[in-house]
Amino acid sequence: MPMLSRTAANLFWTGRYIERADFVCRLVDATARLASLPSTYGGDPTAWTGALASAGVADAFADTGLEPSELNITPFLTIGAANPSSIRNCLERARGNARAVRTALTREAWESLNGAWHEVERFTGPRLSRARAGELVEMVRRAVLAFDGSAHRTMLRDDAYWFLQLGAAMERADNTARLLDVKYHLLLPRDEAVGGSLDYFQWATILRTVSALTAYRWVYRDTVKPWLVADLLIFNTQMPRSLASCYGEIVELLDHLGEGSGRRGPAHRVAGSVQLGLEGTDIDQVFASGLHEFINRFLADNNQLGAAVAEQFLF
Amino acid sequence: MADSFDEMNGWGGSDPRAAYGEIRRWLDETPPEILQTRHAQAELLFRRTGITFSVYGDAEGAERLIPFDVVPRVLTAAEWNRLEQGLVQRVEALNLLLADLYGGQEIIKAGVIPPELVTGNPQYQLAVAGHVPPQGVFVHIAGIDLVRTGPDDFYVLEDNARTPSGVSYMLENREMMLRLFPELLQRAQVAPVETYPDLLLETLRSVSPDGADGDAGIVVLTPGPHNSAFYEHSFLADKMGVELVEGADLFVRDDRVFMRTTEGPRRVDVIYRRIDDAYLDPLFFRPDSTLGVPGLLTAYLAGNVAIANAVGTGVADDKAMYSYMPEIIRFYMGREPLLANVPTWRCREAEHLSYVLDHLPELVVKEVDGSGGYGMLVGPHATKAQIAGFAAKLRAAPEKFIAQPTLALSTCPTLSDGRIQPRHVDLRPFVLTGAKGVKVVPGGLTRVALAPGSLVVNSSQGGGTKDTWVSG
Amino acid sequence: MRIRVHHATTYDYQHPAEGVVQALRVTPSGYDGQRVIHWRVDVDVDGVLRERRDAFGNCLHIFSADQPVKSLTLRVTGEAEVRETAGVVSGALEPFPPQIFLRTTALTAADEAIRAWAQATEQGEPLARLHALMGRLHDKMAFDTTATNVATPAAEAFTHKRGVCQDYAHIFVAAARFLGIPARYVSGHLARPETDAQDAAHAWAEAFVPDLGWIAFDAANGVCASDSYLRIAVGLDYLDAAPTRGARRGGGEERLSVSVTARDAGLQRQD
Repeated sequence: MPMLSRTAANLFWTGRYIERADFVCRLVDATARLASLPSTYGGDPTAWTGALASAGVADAFADTGLEPSELNITPFLTIGAANPSSIRNCLERARGNARAVRTALTREAWESLNGAWHEVERFTGPRLSRARAGELVEMVRRAVLAFDGSAHRTMLRDDAYWFLQLGAAMERADNTARLLDVKYHLLLPRDEAVGGSLDYFQWATILRTVSALTAYRWVYRDTVKPWLVADLLIFNTQMPRSLASCYGEIVELLDHLGEGSGRRGPAHRVAGSVQLGLEGTDIDQVFASGLHEFINRFLADNNQLGAAVAEQFLF
Repeated sequence: MADSFDEMNGWGGSDPRAAYGEIRRWLDETPPEILQTRHAQAELLFRRTGITFSVYGDAEGAERLIPFDVVPRVLTAAEWNRLEQGLVQRVEALNLLLADLYGGQEIIKAGVIPPELVTGNPQYQLAVAGHVPPQGVFVHIAGIDLVRTGPDDFYVLEDNARTPSGVSYMLENREMMLRLFPELLQRAQVAPVETYPDLLLETLRSVSPDGADGDAGIVVLTPGPHNSAFYEHSFLADKMGVELVEGADLFVRDDRVFMRTTEGPRRVDVIYRRIDDAYLDPLFFRPDSTLGVPGLLTAYLAGNVAIANAVGTGVADDKAMYSYMPEIIRFYMGREPLLANVPTWRCREAEHLSYVLDHLPELVVKEVDGSGGYGMLVGPHATKAQIAGFAAKLRAAPEKFIAQPTLALSTCPTLSDGRIQPRHVDLRPFVLTGAKGVKVVPGGLTRVALAPGSLVVNSSQGGGTKDTWVSG
Repeated sequence: MRIRVHHATTYDYQHPAEGVVQALRVTPSGYDGQRVIHWRVDVDVDGVLRERRDAFGNCLHIFSADQPVKSLTLRVTGEAEVRETAGVVSGALEPFPPQIFLRTTALTAADEAIRAWAQATEQGEPLARLHALMGRLHDKMAFDTTATNVATPAAEAFTHKRGVCQDYAHIFVAAARFLGIPARYVSGHLARPETDAQDAAHAWAEAFVPDLGWIAFDAANGVCASDSYLRIAVGLDYLDAAPTRGARRGGGEERLSVSVTARDAGLQRQD
């Protein structure tokens, strides 16, 4: 069954915004932890500015003219009206997109999202204590899980579901890549004295931001080593937030979307070539040719895929 | 106002009217706190589902619930049968009237209605004069507002022949009652309303233009999520299993309408539009409309798409036209109207105007093209200053107003401030007309004025709704 | 007079515009005083061009482009023979009774000022009143191509006492309707002796006088229409009779350029 192009676009963006809300939640959580360590244990007073960069909203924050302190950044990331990627704005946009196409979602999926939005409305600024921010983050993370669960359990496996998942997978790839982009200097191979062992806490923070600290230990059975962190986030296909996993999923979703009509388009071509690129290389080659350059190229490819999806499905 | 007929208790007395036996017993058995709890439960469920509406002029994005009252309004099967016949007759007449007004105008030639009601009415859409819509149906969905003043006294207060709303509340209210009080419904033997979406789909399918493929492309056209009735639009599309589209999702090529899909254009044959005429097509109506579809009217005039309701039906539900409905029914049907009109003074006529000006404190004065309870004067509830202000408006543009006596609307037991109290109600049944005739689901939307003594039931003015039962 | 018309309209879009649809009222119809000799409408991009009659009996073309377009030029050329009838328009297609043209619209609503001004026209026969109205309007207003635009209502132009032929026609129509005389808006061409191309076509008004029928008044020039007036379309106001009304998706900013020449074909042949 073909689907209204606007409906497809709304679902795609619902998926993206929910994923982004989830990412920002984990980012806030991990950053609060890092910032609270004593500096002798790697506590980083610049952790919050780093979080702004990881969320891709450093410029938006600068525009507010506020001092970059935890006191100002926490509300900005969670409920900030001026921050297009604040948790609250993400939920609002996810809900706005979902509301426009309510009938494409099941009642359960819609209600979990609508319910979360009504709850977030209760968190008002301008200040937000660390405890309140923690509550908000916890609530939204649970809501996202509830949404995913309802979608998984109640939605037909048809185009509506695939577009929702496609948005989420592309956003997930983007978030992981952006995190790597901001923190790449911490992941460069040792020898160079970029940091000391104090960087351990930075690495742990990166892993926490993608919910992978425990996963790391299971995969590598080793202490946290920066190049292995990079390997996990880029290449490990067991780790759902790695770039390779995301692209495996994207290619599969695009195949589902093409099943009905048998049509192949620019989105299939771009996604396929990115996936091939990831399969044909490993972490050593990435470090050899430059982690930073690699990540930048990936971010550009992911953007190009966004444009190709819009073109192919007439968003 | 003390002398209103009560739906449950009649004119007073100890025994409830027959239809309310079960309700009275239930109200007597159930402590008000339980009702209050159920009421709160209902509100929570409505909000979580997002059954909300936005109010014009309210803070942006505000979404409100229409208050729901847990005490149902009950009609006996016999009462309903009478109403149903009257509704069918009235809507048939409305369709004949529109076919005539956009065709040969025999009713004007016969001198039954004055030509100015048509020539001067902006709702008479010149652009579609002479056009016969697919299968000849103009008003596919009508909402006829009824009020009651006594056991056998029902009046039509208003015909809604453009884009009447509220049917989703009729359906959701029933779902809610089934959830909250399943045994009560069973005991009362309530006729189901859940067939409405199927009937609507059948109605829309039956008016597909000739030559449309077997599988008619049907869509619901909405102005979008910011519209006050968006919930209803998405609800109906969902229940019918058709696409909910916005204007930008459709386009016209070579006098045919298509929707944009992920696999290219798909033909559209029937549009259930919830957009006013003025916004349908920027090439023919308001040029600044971004809600419509450029060129839609040419596809319509070419006979390639059905629009429900048809373009230009507003000329028939104007309140000045309303005042002629008894004559209109006699003219087309050759029979007496089965449902009475409220006596109406047309201020455009000098004698009527002077009567109205002399009796403002006891009359209700309405704009002929007003809706939603806006811009009206309820004489008995108005201050001297309000009456004087309205008199000036009347004198300046008398043709814009009609006046009616203030009716003692019936009351129905309603949960208010934790107690059961009488509140005034009306009733909007929904009448469907397809190629094969007219259908009505048993019941409709009962609207209730929640403030004590108030006669304004419109949801935009703080009215609430009740489930409506046809029982026995 | 034999009038020859060249009318070119070019739309340039910042980006390719999708779903371009145009409603064109650029082709004249005949009446007792007017006969179309030949007429052509051309569009320089691929699409579907269909001709029909609109509700007022005007010749209407609907064009829809097949593909997104960056630029679109619409070219109209033709010749028609117009006879001097002292402004009387008879024998035109009239789907509506004259009373329809008592309706008011947003562009032709008479405000307090127009009403008072119309009321002050000396009493008399409708024809005399209409002539007086035209003369007074011609004297009161100043022709000014910068004061108004196509969306300016009559009342606003009247307040500024400035405007173009469209505004004169709207005000005239508003005032006549207020006096109970059916009146309508006319778009068309005025054959002018000067050789320069104009950047707009012309517009005037028609009012209905019992026993005579529709009479054409050009308040902008203070005269009844002569055989230099080629009548294209009528309606309640500009929107009903506009040469072009379009819609599109995307495309960013639009640059519009119009070039119109309407000349006495007989004169040209003598050049």
